[in-house]
Amino acid sequence: MTSNVVLTTGLALILIGMWGLLTHRNILRIIIAFSVMGTGTHIMTVAIGYVTNGTAPIIDRALNLSEAPVRAVDPIPSALVVTAIVIGLAVTAVMLAYAIRLYQSKKTLSIDAFTESKW
Amino acid sequence: MMRRIFAVLSVAFFGLIFSSLAINYTERQSLRPLAASYVKLVPQDLGAPNVITGILLTYRAFDTLGEVAVLFMAAAAVGLLLGKSGQGRRHSPSKISDRAKSSSEIVQSGAQILVPLIGIFAAYIIMNGHRSAGGGFQGGAVIASSVLLLVLASARYQIDLEFFSVTESAAGVFFVLTGIAGLIFAGGFLDSRVLPLGQFGAFISAGAIPFLSVLLGIKVGCELSVIIDRFRA
Repeated sequence: MTSNVVLTTGLALILIGMWGLLTHRNILRIIIAFSVMGTGTHIMTVAIGYVTNGTAPIIDRALNLSEAPVRAVDPIPSALVVTAIVIGLAVTAVMLAYAIRLYQSKKTLSIDAFTESKW
Repeated sequence: MMRRIFAVLSVAFFGLIFSSLAINYTERQSLRPLAASYVKLVPQDLGAPNVITGILLTYRAFDTLGEVAVLFMAAAAVGLLLGKSGQGRRHSPSKISDRAKSSSEIVQSGAQILVPLIGIFAAYIIMNGHRSAGGGFQGGAVIASSVLLLVLASARYQIDLEFFSVTESAAGVFFVLTGIAGLIFAGGFLDSRVLPLGQFGAFISAGAIPFLSVLLGIKVGCELSVIIDRFRA
């Protein structure tokens, strides 16, 4: 039940990001929409790894070794999302750097001004 | 108008696909076989209580190496896009301090108190990655946040880019050397069992995982700090 709510939230965030990506003309807003979309995919991936009544896959006093395979959540999506968040940050940094360069070349952030790469 | 209709249509189609995904999704009652074997194998074979760190730094450590390479490439791309020519770079410190407004007393004093604490917290996160929640990626991001605070607090603070790039390269070299040691002395590339496993749950245990975690933290911290520095005016 919990993971259904989280999964729906993640998918909704992806749709919101997609909507922003398609409708906004300001490059900074497009970058924000891209980040929202990326966050949605992260939330969705974590939700898929949830197991009913599961807990974090860390063996300690609260979760001993014998009951770990029954009570722990799937560790693989979590491991993937850890790296995906850091890579998402790096990709956002590259996008912002491009935005700065584009602003320097045309003194505007509207993508309507950049017609060279239009097809 | 045409564009708006197209946007509505494509979002609606994706919404249709996603809603069927969300409706038909049923929560798992037990682990998939691969995940179950990871949860069993990481504590037994690698001696690491945190299964996720075990996966990141041993079973999929080659992936992690690739991710760090992607991060390095992003830092290089940001440097290429925003870096000034060698001449301009050398002259920029005086220009920055002239132009940028120095931040308020509160931010400066706050940074003086917080930066050492953030550093200690980052070290704690990195060194406990194999025992509880944490690890190299998270700790590296915390290190970068302390650098960001320093940059915000004083306009005159200059990051020593030389030092950061040398440290980062050294961490990368040691990471790969540990991997090659795994190839020679243990099961394969980046196998963490080159060092003794030690007592389960102890501070120094789980073979090479704490070592790899430290290297990863240093590398990620340096790369993100350099990216932050590039965005200064």
